[in-house]
Amino acid sequence: MTDPQTPREPFVPPTAFAVPGRIEVSSRSAAVWQRATVVEIRRETPLVSTFRLKVPDWQGHLPGQHLMLRLTAEDGYVAQRHYSIASAPDGSGEIELTLDHVPGGEVSGHLHTVAHVGDTVEVRGPLSGFFAWPGDRPALLLGAGSGVVPLMSMVRHQRLAGLDVPVRLVVSARTPADLIYADEYADETTVVLTRSEGRLNAAHLAPFLGAQGQPEGGWEAYVCGSNGFAEHASRLLVEGGQPVDRIRIERFG
Amino acid sequence: MTFEPTRGFTGRARAADRDPRLPPGQYDAGDGWPVLSAEVTPRLAAADWTFRVDGLVAAPRTWTWDEAHALPASEYRGDIHCVTSWSKFGVRFGGVSLDTFLAAARPLPEATHVVAYAHTGYTSNLPLSDVTGGKAWIVWEYGDEPLPAEHGGPARLIVPHLYFWKSAKWVAGLRLLDRDEPGFWEQNGYHHRGDPWAEERYAGD
Ligand SMILES: Cc1cc2nc3c(=O)[nH]c(=O)nc-3n(C[C@H](O)[C@H](O)[C@H](O)COP(=O)(O)OP(=O)(O)OC[C@H]3O[C@@H](n4cnc5c(N)ncnc54)[C@H](O)[C@@H]3O)c2cc1C
Repeated sequence: MTDPQTPREPFVPPTAFAVPGRIEVSSRSAAVWQRATVVEIRRETPLVSTFRLKVPDWQGHLPGQHLMLRLTAEDGYVAQRHYSIASAPDGSGEIELTLDHVPGGEVSGHLHTVAHVGDTVEVRGPLSGFFAWPGDRPALLLGAGSGVVPLMSMVRHQRLAGLDVPVRLVVSARTPADLIYADEYADETTVVLTRSEGRLNAAHLAPFLGAQGQPEGGWEAYVCGSNGFAEHASRLLVEGGQPVDRIRIERFG
Repeated sequence: MTFEPTRGFTGRARAADRDPRLPPGQYDAGDGWPVLSAEVTPRLAAADWTFRVDGLVAAPRTWTWDEAHALPASEYRGDIHCVTSWSKFGVRFGGVSLDTFLAAARPLPEATHVVAYAHTGYTSNLPLSDVTGGKAWIVWEYGDEPLPAEHGGPARLIVPHLYFWKSAKWVAGLRLLDRDEPGFWEQNGYHHRGDPWAEERYAGD
């Protein structure tokens, strides 16, 4: 069973997983907790709201990145969760998070039912450069439910920065009432309403895959949502010919 | 640094009766087991799975599924902790202790660190001392069931005393080095070691 290779010969895995060297993450700012003030709360759907936070020392972020949010009780008990950043980097010193109201949820429950404008929370970030889009390559974005949040940051960035690079968003929601950011979608977006038309399928993606649908150089695909959606959508992409090493996935748990 | 409490936040669990198994900043995921991988779940058949130990070892080796299963069985019963803040208590993983594989490959004296690599190309770095002495396993069972693919099946590494991103899914091998070489998440802003009790989450912690 001992094989004849020399001890130092590197192993080459059968598939290369793309580590995006092009993305620089500032780990300095990510290490520091900062006090953020809620400056606006906007209802998106009956169960989803957007929280706009003023973060005085925010160092900026790339569309797609997330942060960690922490709540502290009087007795020192803390609860912290990850949330994707919904806003585009705009240098305003303010960022937006969009949260599902999870039934019985400790952190999302507090923000939806107790928090009001003027309250403070703590945040650290931005975190993880892997699921981030600097705006350099054509991007095919697939999201379901609140999974659309980091993808919307990318769409907003493309618009705000006036980028020519193609972006396509396929967003899945149960009903029109559950569709987050419904008013903001334009030609780049395909909406899949699962209650009436069933879940995302190969036909929804067909226009973007294959020889006709691809932009020059192909897509960088970003998939975000529940694990169930992430598994399903990433499999459809692979079956449609999208290379595995050009699919980035953010699972909300 | 001390923090001002968040107005009106009481928290689900009180600090006083916080479960002592819960490291700081973590919450109990209960029966849930969130999936957190940034890659497409590979469809890797057990028959195609291999595990290799190479680098600074006297006898680099590759084990097939059957060869690995012929080694003495070992299990981990205990808790696991993910950097995204959930912990899971009292899990059981069945497989083989990493010590068994390493004993066969015979690490050279200069080996100090390892890079665990996955069949997908994912990597994670660890000090050798964190994966020896009964602290790490290659596992293919979760409870009494085969390890599900989305959780790293057919086989993954587990290093339960560190945050779970160190426990490479779909593990393909371990390379022994004489230096620390950051892996996938470590190059993406995560802490090099990842001790949940010291809250070593991100670079700079
Ligand atoms: C990288 C990343 C980005 C994310 N981005 C977003 C985002 O943009 N928007 C968003 O909405 N979410 C996002 N999430 C998910 C988010 O982090 C939280 O998981 C989510 O908000 C739920 O947290 P919570 O504290 O409200 O619920 P939790 O208290 O954690 O509860 C979660 C579930 O477990 C159940 N539960 C837990 N404990 C108990 C208990 N003791 N008794 C009964 N039931 C229990 C709850 O009922 C609920 O169904 C993201 C996650 C990750 C990892």
